[in-house]
Amino acid sequence: MAYKQYVLICGGTGCESNKSDTIYKNFLSLLEKENLQSDVQVLKTGCFGFCEQGPIVKVLPDESFYVQVKPEDAEGIVNEHLIKGRPVSNLLYNKEQSKEFAKVDDIEFYQKQFRVVLRNCGFINPEDINEYIARDGYAALEKALFEMSPDDIIEELKISGLRGRGGAGFPTWRKWAFSKAVESDVKYIVCNADEGDPGAYMDRSVLEGDPHSVLEAMTIAAKAVGATKGFIYVRAEYPLAIHRLKVAIKQSREMGLLGEDIMGSGFSFDIEIRLGAGAFVCGEETALLASIEGSRGTPRPRPPFPAVKGLWGKPTVINNVETLANIPVIITRGGKWFSGIGTETSKGTKVFALTGKINNSGLVEVPMGTPLRDIVFNIGGGIPNGKKFKAVQTGGPSGGVITEEYLDTPIDYENLQKLGSIMGSGGMIVMDEDDCMVNVAKFYLGFTVDESCGKCSPCRIGGRKLYNLLDKISKGNGTMEDLETIKEIGHTMQKASLCGLGQTAPNPVLSTMRYFEDEYKAHIIDKTCPTGKCVDLVTYTIISDKCIGCGLCARRCPVNAISGEKKQPHLIDQTKCIKCGECYAACKFSAIEKK
Amino acid sequence: MAKMTLEQLRKLREEKKKQLDMRDPDNKQIHIVVGMGTSGIAAGAKDTLDAFLRCIENRGLTNVAVRQVGSFGLDYAEPTVEVVMPDMPRVIYGKVTPDVAEKIVLEHIIGKKLVENHVYDRPAADIVDKE
Ligand SMILES: Cc1cc2nc3c(=O)[nH]c(=O)nc-3n(C[C@H](O)[C@H](O)[C@H](O)COP(=O)(O)O)c2cc1C
Ligand code: SF4
Ligand code: SF4
Ligand code: SF4
Ligand code: FES
Repeated sequence: MAYKQYVLICGGTGCESNKSDTIYKNFLSLLEKENLQSDVQVLKTGCFGFCEQGPIVKVLPDESFYVQVKPEDAEGIVNEHLIKGRPVSNLLYNKEQSKEFAKVDDIEFYQKQFRVVLRNCGFINPEDINEYIARDGYAALEKALFEMSPDDIIEELKISGLRGRGGAGFPTWRKWAFSKAVESDVKYIVCNADEGDPGAYMDRSVLEGDPHSVLEAMTIAAKAVGATKGFIYVRAEYPLAIHRLKVAIKQSREMGLLGEDIMGSGFSFDIEIRLGAGAFVCGEETALLASIEGSRGTPRPRPPFPAVKGLWGKPTVINNVETLANIPVIITRGGKWFSGIGTETSKGTKVFALTGKINNSGLVEVPMGTPLRDIVFNIGGGIPNGKKFKAVQTGGPSGGVITEEYLDTPIDYENLQKLGSIMGSGGMIVMDEDDCMVNVAKFYLGFTVDESCGKCSPCRIGGRKLYNLLDKISKGNGTMEDLETIKEIGHTMQKASLCGLGQTAPNPVLSTMRYFEDEYKAHIIDKTCPTGKCVDLVTYTIISDKCIGCGLCARRCPVNAISGEKKQPHLIDQTKCIKCGECYAACKFSAIEKK
Repeated sequence: MAKMTLEQLRKLREEKKKQLDMRDPDNKQIHIVVGMGTSGIAAGAKDTLDAFLRCIENRGLTNVAVRQVGSFGLDYAEPTVEVVMPDMPRVIYGKVTPDVAEKIVLEHIIGKKLVENHVYDRPAADIVDKE
């Protein structure tokens, strides 16, 4: 007998860290108590994307979307909803929708999304290979092994127009074709699951929510280029992803979908996991290979490209997790279907990790070419607290900012590049009027300087110099010449650095300078920070007309910088003030000015 | 789990697909909504629900979602069931025993004809049939 109802509980990292595992266990034991185990199926899925609202519990077929669920809420959902058919309205995302079925599609966050990469995330149990198989899993592998030649596979990818999602957007078919063309006794397939960009977590979500799609894709790649061995390089900070991968590899080996003589086709391929220590530069392909080989993860010059000369000198195809997750769908549904999605130059969808000053942060998958405005204002629900949108940083530390006037630009590889940013891996950080662009640039440079491997001088020395110049400006000591110097160093680094880290490190500063020159000038000429973010340029003063002398600020000040008689205007001693902002936040009479 | 041949994998997929399809409410245009209020359950709504599920599975219908809701407020006619599907009026059926459930699947959903004797309307007093 089939189940009557289904409870899907998000088992992504975000929700797990908010006790979704306890919620899962509570459901199991409550259902057992009510003797409903055979009526209601409870399962843990991957991330639903709407992490902001997690932990999320979805009930099917009603499509009730419960958000911010606590372990103790399980009881109400079981008793009211599952037993009596009355959804618990105060836990629903759309609270009004208590009577009719709460269609998930009605939730704005999901309306403009189109899920290809995340097709199974949040729907299947990632630790059960049967569920993946039921969703056409391994059907692409069947086709690739029994009906297609290596050239057919590559041709299908070429038709699809798929480009790498790891950053640079290199056509995937071409990389595979290079590797296929090389004669070699051994070839490798490597999945890049390093995901070092701050704020990005789509690769992690795919590994956690749909690990088999990556295994299947790697095996198809192996067949296409003639590889026998694969590695998944994943950072050790992703324990859940690693666990799910291990389970998936074990299950698919047991079923004979990985390993020797796959499905009796005569083709053999196996996959191993390699853990990375979490250095940003190890996501760069040549550094990654060095790390797998057991050496220190530093880049080497290319060419030779890894597709020709990679692991232990053998041809090696390296693809990003999201790139790979697209491949089974392309093989089953056809390259033509895939190329129907997206723009002229950028096909398919892209997953973005939307964070920062945004109402609905989470994972968002949209067709390429979707305007940024749709992502920020429709899916993302706009900026919290009635603040004004200022910019979006795309591409993380390798990218740049996009401003209001370009919000309607369709996002694809070329358009982002024209605006001085990049697609990158898909991190998208929204900034509002309170964010200072000098400070943002300084943050990213701080990151790349820390993460630089130090092998080549443009990056090692240039990055440090850029950081110091930004620091100087943020303290009010910058000069107009500094801006010229930044441009000079930046352009040199772009041209002369050995790897992508150094080549793209100046992007955040060059990009913010391009769009927010005034803000840089305010720091340099007026010695003020318009948003008050640069601590050294802010002064807190008490407006004596407004101050009623309540003394609240003085009590809060950690360094006793505020003095004054009761009911008399107070005064801040600027030499003592450490600019913590406590007094500003405390004053109920708006008597403290921040400038 | 044993190693699979191509045929076995295909068979497994078909089998699992059916199970998973039941879970997936997307693209299901037909909804059977069973009232599971206290009086409905007392009158046997659980058996009715089972009968619907069994019948749908046996007939291999993939386009039907069976949902549960609280009471429709037609206590005297329990178990009650609402059927929503394209090209047919929205209907509330009353006194839906497992036999009637099967009839509804065969006549209403497959045959596109109302199961006359069991049609009840919305619970407005002036519309409800005198029993
Ligand atoms: C500093 C640096 C860090 C990178 N980090 C990643 C990463 O975390 N994940 C990733 O897939 N690609 C990363 N890349 C890009 C890879 O070098 C490589 O281009 C990519 O994995 C190729 O896969 P694709 O063609 O599927 O995009 C990084 C590149 C650079 C220069
Ligand atoms: S650019 Fe930076 S990270 Fe890359 S090799 Fe040079 S020093 Fe290392
Ligand atoms: S809290 Fe505001 S009103 Fe009270 S003493 Fe301080 S500045 Fe004056
Ligand atoms: S900013 Fe902080 S240190 Fe300065 S006066 Fe206010 S509370 Fe004191
Ligand atoms: S981790 Fe639960 S919705 Fe993303």
